[in-house]
Amino acid sequence: MTDPEATRHGPGRILILVYGVFALAATSRAGVQIATKFDEAPIAYVLSAVAAVIYCAATFALAKATKISRRVAAVAIVVELIGVVGIGAFSYAAPDDFPDATVWSHFGQGYGFVPLVLPVLGLVWLRRTS
Amino acid sequence: MFEPLTWTLVALSLIAMVFAIVLAVRDQRINWTLLGILAMVEAGLLTQVVIGIAQLAETSRDVSGPFFVGYLIGSLLILPLGVLWALAEKSRWGAGALAVACLVIPVLELRMYEIWTA
Repeated sequence: MTDPEATRHGPGRILILVYGVFALAATSRAGVQIATKFDEAPIAYVLSAVAAVIYCAATFALAKATKISRRVAAVAIVVELIGVVGIGAFSYAAPDDFPDATVWSHFGQGYGFVPLVLPVLGLVWLRRTS
Repeated sequence: MFEPLTWTLVALSLIAMVFAIVLAVRDQRINWTLLGILAMVEAGLLTQVVIGIAQLAETSRDVSGPFFVGYLIGSLLILPLGVLWALAEKSRWGAGALAVACLVIPVLELRMYEIWTA
């Protein structure tokens, strides 16, 4: 097995930076939504907060780059993938519950579909560095 | 929003991004010229926070204040954190990561512009 440190070097540097940007974006978005208009769409805003937690977990776990943190990252990224696909589909099926975009609604359309690509790249990168 | 500043920030960030890509391709480390451009962008972003909040207080537009201020303040974090993260990488991917951080600024500026003109 390669050194787990490899996770945060090379192309991983860019991957983790993008994860960090999404952690920041999702956390700010969820924070503002919950603080200012939680009653408008509680389900969407709670999911927004869940997305924020997942992005933060994935960012820190990838950046820590130890054997254990890599496992945490893998779990977080799988949840992220399920989240973006599940919420993406659900937001099309029940648009009334999502009047205001979350990071994952419409498969991350509001974010250039990066949220859909990111977990795939994350898993590929974890595999390549294992 | 004070548009000349907004578009200047977009242009400067894109110049910095191209600069960072060139460094990455040439396998060079991040240098002081690039950091200097980024310092100018950061100073501009800080100015934008002050102007933005002052204008928000006076505007009659239907601007989503919390989101607008969130973007204004969030924009300040990207470059300092990006620089620290990129400098800790000894390979060309450090400059590559910084290029991506530079690209985030125009995206945030466009979002702010959208919120302001909504």
